[in-house]
Amino acid sequence: MKLVTAIIKPFKLDEVRQALTGIGVHGMTVTEVKGYGRQKGHTEIYRGAEYAVNFLPKLRIEVAVSADLADQTVQVITAGARTGQIGDGKVFVTPIESAVRIRTGETDADAL
Amino acid sequence: MTIWLRNRSAATGFGALALSALASPAFAQGNTPGINPTDTAWMIVATAFVLMMTVPGLALFYAGMVRKKNVLATMAQSLGAVAVISILWVAYGYSLTFVGDGASLGTLHRFMLSGMTMDSINPLAKTIPESLFVLYQMTFGVIAVALIAGSVADRMRFSSYMLFCVGWFTFAYIPLAHWIWGGGFLGQLGVLDFAGGLVIHLSAGSAGLVAAIMLGSRRGYGSENLAPHDLSLAVIGTGLLWVGWFGFNGGSALQANSRAVMAILSTHLAACAGALMWSAIEWFKRRKPSVLGMISGAVAGLGTITPASGFVTPGQGILIGLIAGAVCYWACTSLKHRYKYDDTLDVFGIHGIGGMIGTLLTGVFATAAIGGTPGLLEGNPHLLLVQAVGIVVTIIWSGGATYVLLKLIDVLVRVRVSHEHEVEGLDITQHGEALQ
Repeated sequence: MKLVTAIIKPFKLDEVRQALTGIGVHGMTVTEVKGYGRQKGHTEIYRGAEYAVNFLPKLRIEVAVSADLADQTVQVITAGARTGQIGDGKVFVTPIESAVRIRTGETDADAL
Repeated sequence: MTIWLRNRSAATGFGALALSALASPAFAQGNTPGINPTDTAWMIVATAFVLMMTVPGLALFYAGMVRKKNVLATMAQSLGAVAVISILWVAYGYSLTFVGDGASLGTLHRFMLSGMTMDSINPLAKTIPESLFVLYQMTFGVIAVALIAGSVADRMRFSSYMLFCVGWFTFAYIPLAHWIWGGGFLGQLGVLDFAGGLVIHLSAGSAGLVAAIMLGSRRGYGSENLAPHDLSLAVIGTGLLWVGWFGFNGGSALQANSRAVMAILSTHLAACAGALMWSAIEWFKRRKPSVLGMISGAVAGLGTITPASGFVTPGQGILIGLIAGAVCYWACTSLKHRYKYDDTLDVFGIHGIGGMIGTLLTGVFATAAIGGTPGLLEGNPHLLLVQAVGIVVTIIWSGGATYVLLKLIDVLVRVRVSHEHEVEGLDITQHGEALQ
């Protein structure tokens, strides 16, 4: 099992969600986050007072999938979230040791 | 506010009136003959409008521009001003301002409104009950005091603010209002201020500038992000101010007449022109017209047209609004940063500068056909000089009173919050509450 964590631009969420549904991924967790990478921040101006805003709003998507689906998951997220502009985000894949579905007590692959 | 004496003249007119009074049962309902129900109805509405400008108008306008930890404290300053100034106004403010026409101050004959009756009138507003005149003018004193709070937002202790309200109202507002509106020496000199460009906006703006310099900048000014936490609140506040201003300037005719409508028309157009001008400059210089810019321009237009509103044509109102948008933009974005004072919500940059140029432009554009007084463009350059005298006196008196009061208050209770409290936020440290 793999945990695929992606940081994406907020307006790309729907495309990514649809693409994931298309390959049979039927659950995800989305969190509003702030951060920066190469894009750095932006400048806000209020009546001439300029403020550098270092942390930009992004969405963090977390998807738990079986190991054989991980590569495809990364591909469709990458394709769905890409604009080609700086600040498109990143995708991380980490192993999952175990999983439990709370309602039924099913474990591991059955719980995903 | 200017008094427009109703043309209820001549013995023949009075005779006809007396006859119709006998014939008409509607007249026999207890009003004194001078009190006009139409004027009274309009002035009741206008009074409510002007009160609405302070709460919730100004409270929202200011609270939207501060940081989240200071929202309630900022609103508390508007609420506190309403509560304390209203009481002081009926105690002695009204009497010292509008009762008696001494060159320097009124009298205390109406202390706690003593002697005021159901049917009494003030000679300055002969067609409405005196109680309504008291109430209407009360709302002006309230907002003048509440405006100042914006310049020292985020860093003044609530106790010192309340003391300052009492002091500034007593020693700055009352004399200025009397000098210009109550029959004092500036009014006698011919200074024109229809609805408070000098009495409200420049006086509050000057006080704000002095207070901002004396308190010093907010911590982190120029280095940390002090961005407004919710400009949508400020937009709502601006809307309430804008609508309320119809009562502020329109009501200053003190009658339900054409001049009131003309003042409202000029007022609205100036607000629109101010918003457009400020946005246009931002769009050109910074490639984006900000919402804060639009509302700042609108309020600049409103403050600037205030002294002129009952004296100029609607077209001139547009011109005044455009000038206001440009000059106040410069004051808030260049002047302030050049001299490095932290007039936090631009009380001086918008209200002070706006009141000042509006007073001067009244001297330029005053139209005899509207307000009875010609200005520079109609061949009366003297008016411009008189207006300038009004400006100088207002700045010196209000600024001077502010300086002395803040020095005194600082000895008594310390004006500024501690470093720790400023970082923690005024909501929790001054009022024991916080937005979650």
